[in-house]
Amino acid sequence: MINRHPQLDSHGALQHLLTTEGLPASILLHILDTAESFVGVTERDVKKIPLLRGKSIFNLFFEPSTRTRTTFEIAAKRLSADVINLNIAVSAQSKGETLLDTVNNLSAMNADMFIVRHAQSGAAHLIAKHVRSDIHVINAGDGSHAHPTQALLDMFTIRRFKQDFRALRVAIIGDILHSRVARSQIHALTTLGVPEVRVIAPKTLLPRMVERLGVHVYHDMAKGLRDVDVLMMLRLQNERMKGAYLPSAEEYFKYYGLTPEKLMLARHDAIVMHPGPMNRGVEIDSAVADGKQSVILPQVTFGIAVRMAVMSILAGNQA
Amino acid sequence: MVRIHIKNGRLIDPAHGVDAIQDIFIAKGKIAGIGAMPEGFQVSRVIDAHGLIVCPGLVDLSVRLREPGFEYKATLESEMAAAVAGGVTSLACPPDTDPPLDEPGLVEMLKHRARNLNLAHVYPIGALTQGLKGERLTEMAELNDAGCVVFGQPDSMLVDLKVLMQAMHYASTFEFGVWLRPQERSLTGSGVAHDAEVAIRLGLPTIPVCAETIAIANILLLAKETGVKVHLCRISSAEGLTMIRAAKQQGIPVTCDISINHLHLSDMDIGFFDSNCHLMPPLRSSGDRDALRAGLLDGAIDAICSDHTPVDEDAKLLPFGQSEVGATGVELLLPLTLKWAKDTRLPLLRALAKITSESAKVLGVDAGHLAVGNAADLCIFDPDCYWKVTASGLLSQGKNTPFLGMELPGKIRYTVLNGQMVYEQ
Repeated sequence: MINRHPQLDSHGALQHLLTTEGLPASILLHILDTAESFVGVTERDVKKIPLLRGKSIFNLFFEPSTRTRTTFEIAAKRLSADVINLNIAVSAQSKGETLLDTVNNLSAMNADMFIVRHAQSGAAHLIAKHVRSDIHVINAGDGSHAHPTQALLDMFTIRRFKQDFRALRVAIIGDILHSRVARSQIHALTTLGVPEVRVIAPKTLLPRMVERLGVHVYHDMAKGLRDVDVLMMLRLQNERMKGAYLPSAEEYFKYYGLTPEKLMLARHDAIVMHPGPMNRGVEIDSAVADGKQSVILPQVTFGIAVRMAVMSILAGNQA
Repeated sequence: MVRIHIKNGRLIDPAHGVDAIQDIFIAKGKIAGIGAMPEGFQVSRVIDAHGLIVCPGLVDLSVRLREPGFEYKATLESEMAAAVAGGVTSLACPPDTDPPLDEPGLVEMLKHRARNLNLAHVYPIGALTQGLKGERLTEMAELNDAGCVVFGQPDSMLVDLKVLMQAMHYASTFEFGVWLRPQERSLTGSGVAHDAEVAIRLGLPTIPVCAETIAIANILLLAKETGVKVHLCRISSAEGLTMIRAAKQQGIPVTCDISINHLHLSDMDIGFFDSNCHLMPPLRSSGDRDALRAGLLDGAIDAICSDHTPVDEDAKLLPFGQSEVGATGVELLLPLTLKWAKDTRLPLLRALAKITSESAKVLGVDAGHLAVGNAADLCIFDPDCYWKVTASGLLSQGKNTPFLGMELPGKIRYTVLNGQMVYEQ
């Protein structure tokens, strides 16, 4: 059967942003370059840019989130779009309306873009497949599948601090199994030419055959962190203790939490990243989170520029 | 009474090793002659089957008719019409209706309704436990009087092994077969896809192969213990198959089947979350699929079934993990079996055995072969006619299948049940 590409149009341009997987490096770099031009804007006390004037952007959050939703909202407003926030977890879905019903209703209200977060992997793909062809979909996190804008802002941050992707050793540490962030990071890093991507976690938090994604697997921080340039920490959900993935947060912190001592094992100029929100004392020690190698706050700032870039590339008024 | 002469057709009767141009003569609902015309035979209708294949009516080991309880998904009328449009004249229907087929009255009603429609022979699979809850045994002997030939738990294995052992002991008392889908529930959890690369990439919760193999190990050990005839439904993995092959060599009375979906597809077909590929057991690797195909050839796998599971459209328009499990299939049983034969250059005689004589043997009914004096259940099809699978072209109320849009070989021209033409095109 012939399936059209889920996120590129027939000219190879970005129609939706659903995952970093399968996107050419040129598109990823175009997003990062475009974001560069917005960083100044976000740092200045801003005038709005009219790129999305007259566009209606719906924040469709089927799963609670304040941070991601807020950064999308700020990004959209800086581009002069009209933003409508829908917290669907407590509205239509609880009345039994299906995902596509909700989307169709909102499409009828002249939506130009949907920013979707959903607990089910594939939700954004499903919406993208069924919306009118002039509507754009950005995946703001679906189940354990993908969180492409997070990965892109991470790539932006890495490039800012480390310049050349092709000379880096990157380690992703934590709950890879359940992490949409990790999957999107891995695809983006490998596409951008990072020669060595490592994952470090106990076996219960790693998918079987994870090495098929092009990563090197480590279970031991001492070995996995050696000579690493970039450390990407993942958030550990508290539910993991219930599902018998881990015995306790304490044991996890002892063996996989990032402390100043463990950070010493990496390169002296290594940077530490975290997608937030952090569990201090579980996956990361406060001394590291707030330390001089941490780039966690710049990540947040760059997140707005990167989301502006994605939105303007997808739906920007042609200059 | 119609007396039919089917002439010039290529007769394939796997049970008797026949593959030759032979005529068939039907009278009084039975086969009156094969080859030469019986003496004094008065023909009232002649069917020229030149270029067509004439074979026993197909025997499908799993067709969900969705009645009682799920009429919004499908009805007896729609699904039996679909069955005969697929050349199926005998079908086993699983007990996972609402209420489940755990009382003789329900089974009698189903049999009665099916008989009135007079489209195909319906063999209900009785529930092994009351309400399919896995706690108390059903009245198997009474259910058998009502028409259940075998007993099963269609979704997964019983949680309580003691109850399963007792159910096997009790069933074997009456020499009833027990049909189980080998799946250890605690290892399946909320999983929806094979535990490998595709599911990792898509972030879908996984079902490891050991969810199947551990269940197979338990079932085989209990079968050995109780001596019951066990049929393992919908095998999905190479490892599971290896265990069954070994059990057969040891003389344990076990049979197994696979679905048309697992005969052709692998987890790669999920693509970008195609919910039509949300099936149970999950589609596994292409290596598993190749092993299953090999298992059909060496006899480790006895039969192919459609695993026909009509689902209403809306239930598939959901994110993969929330979409309903299953695919329509009874109209694709023959085409997909033929496609497998063509793909692997397998003689039709051997391929058709898996959906006629062999599946009838598993079910334990006198069907799926042709003999003078037997009920005239036939399927007559054009093996070289390719047709495109479309939602509107399927008679089943279920329109979802991974094969939508594909061109498949094998168009049914006539289906004959008890000597009556129940489908023709």
